[in-house]
Amino acid sequence: MNVIETNNLTKTYNDSEVEVHAVQGIDLKIEEGEFTAIVGPSGCGKTTFLNMVGGLDQPTSGTVRVGDTYVNELKSSELIDFRLHNIGFVFQAYNLIPVLTARENVEFIMQLQGKDKKEREQRASNLLTEVGLGDRINSRPSRLSGGQQQRVAVARALASKPKFVLADEPTANLDSKSTETLLDMMEKLNKEENITFIFSTHDMRVVNKARRVIKLEDGKIISDERKS
Amino acid sequence: MILSVSWRNVWRSKTRSLVILFAIALGIFTGVFNYSFYNGMALQRIDSAISTEASHIQLHRKGYLENPEEKAFIKDAEQIALAIESEDSVKATCYRFIVQGMIQSPTTSTGVKVLGVNPEKEQNITNLHDKIIDGAYFEGISRNPVVIGKKLAEKLKLKVRSKLVISFADASGYISGASFRIAGIYETSNNVYDNSTVFVRTEDLNQLYGADIKAGHEVAVLLSHSDYVPIKQHELKAQYVDLDVKEWRELLPQVSMLESSLDISMYIFMIIILLALIFGIINTMLMAVLERTKELGMLMSIGMNKAKVFKMIMVETVFLSLIGGLVGIAMGIAVTLIFANSGIDISSVSEGFGAMGYDSIIYPVLLVKNVVDVVVMVFITGILAAIYPAIKALKLNPAEALRMNM
Ligand SMILES: Nc1ncnc2c1ncn2[C@@H]1O[C@H](COP(=O)(O)OP(=O)(O)O)[C@@H](O)[C@H]1O
Ligand SMILES: [Mg+2]
Repeated sequence: MNVIETNNLTKTYNDSEVEVHAVQGIDLKIEEGEFTAIVGPSGCGKTTFLNMVGGLDQPTSGTVRVGDTYVNELKSSELIDFRLHNIGFVFQAYNLIPVLTARENVEFIMQLQGKDKKEREQRASNLLTEVGLGDRINSRPSRLSGGQQQRVAVARALASKPKFVLADEPTANLDSKSTETLLDMMEKLNKEENITFIFSTHDMRVVNKARRVIKLEDGKIISDERKS
Repeated sequence: MILSVSWRNVWRSKTRSLVILFAIALGIFTGVFNYSFYNGMALQRIDSAISTEASHIQLHRKGYLENPEEKAFIKDAEQIALAIESEDSVKATCYRFIVQGMIQSPTTSTGVKVLGVNPEKEQNITNLHDKIIDGAYFEGISRNPVVIGKKLAEKLKLKVRSKLVISFADASGYISGASFRIAGIYETSNNVYDNSTVFVRTEDLNQLYGADIKAGHEVAVLLSHSDYVPIKQHELKAQYVDLDVKEWRELLPQVSMLESSLDISMYIFMIIILLALIFGIINTMLMAVLERTKELGMLMSIGMNKAKVFKMIMVETVFLSLIGGLVGIAMGIAVTLIFANSGIDISSVSEGFGAMGYDSIIYPVLLVKNVVDVVVMVFITGILAAIYPAIKALKLNPAEALRMNM
């Protein structure tokens, strides 16, 4: 079954004097267990597209369906809840809570979901071990390298047991070694636990790891290739 | 966990938080100490009003207080005093014979209120005997002793053992006078009182006036505790229907007003301080929200709802306010305790206070109830100060906040 389906998804910004057609009629289906890269030059609409899929931004027209939910029909309060229970986010700038330790950062989202303390602690430790940070669970973000912080962010994204993980340029701030570690880890999670990843990038090394590559230009899909 | 995030956020920008904490602490300290100071001052005034002037309850003939005529005395004052003294929760009673008279020294003369008292009984009611600064309390002079105030003695240029003449209109309307000798000179914190009140023995005064020794204008009642005043007054009113039974608050309305206005003035003062502080707190929290735009955007993105974001900002603001407030209160309590025993000598700046009946050494007093009230007020201030910054935070669009480069 498709996890995500978009139909004629369009976003036009007109808060400035000129209209910006950031996303222009994207039709796309992404299935469970895919490992998909959205690629294209800066400004081609990757972030805008991911934000609409993730329920962070309202489309100008078109639909986004996640599972049985038409995301574009949700009210803003429902969207927050939708994001909390369905989507894991990884951001370019890691965006961890600086005053919390790695484990607390991962626990935080489960607390928002109302999970009890024992389950939270257990799962947070497991996830951090899985991303290779079992020995850093009590470190604050400022004591971790960029690559380590981003791995905490992946653990946090997984903590809520989302339907899929959206990662907007997750490696843009990382050096090549950290980039590789992060991608290997994501690949492993995808293969072993069937976690669906959708990430955007313009880095060719990252593109090569993906099993499906969707190229965007001026807000439109110009190619959609699957590797076997 | 939101609590813990909020708490840690308070300490994130240490300098900024410490600046506002210091301001809050100082403001609250000022309010608390100001209160304890004036509270001490008022309580001392009330205390001395009760122990030197009014006692707890007084009985007079009806109409006497409005128009204190000498002939309006209670014939069996002694008996009434003795009867009341044997009642429950009554510590002591006495009766006094009072005349308006002239006091003359060789150099000058002045009008005074002459109180005929029983020195032994009077001791149990008022603290006149403690206020003697020269000579002795009705001792050392065998015939017609008088005790006068220091201010009056100075005015009349008299010393202990000096002779003076007291004259007044007697029962038959003729001016009668007699010479008295100063046994003691007293000083209370109320200059006006000292200047206009002299004490002689009932036996001397009543005889001069031409009344029975058992007669008096006033029966003063001191209770074992001031809390019993309303009940006792009620009882006595029922027992002595033809007498006027008044408690100290009615006898000295200006003093009683102190009691009732003190809390109100403290609250007004405190609210003004908190109002000034609230702008500083709002500003600090606005900066904190602005600085964390991206982080708040992230939190909203991953699914933190508005109520929780609001709560997080609110708790942080309340923490900030309460820490500052509690430090300020602690400082207020500490300084109050330091001066509670030694007192604060304000004689150098308080020339005028004596005339109004205030002591020149103030012993600050802080009530638990008022401390609790201040804590609650600070808490409410924190909540109010949080509203605007929290609303600002809620207005953030998470997608836009995340795009910001900071
Ligand atoms: N809030 C906005 N208002 C106006 N234009 C915007 C806004 N956000 C993005 N854009 C524009 O939309 C286009 C797509 O942007 P974006 O989705 O961020 O691309 P990418 O992530 O591929 O770099 C760009 O031209 C960008 O300038
Ligand atoms: Mg982008």
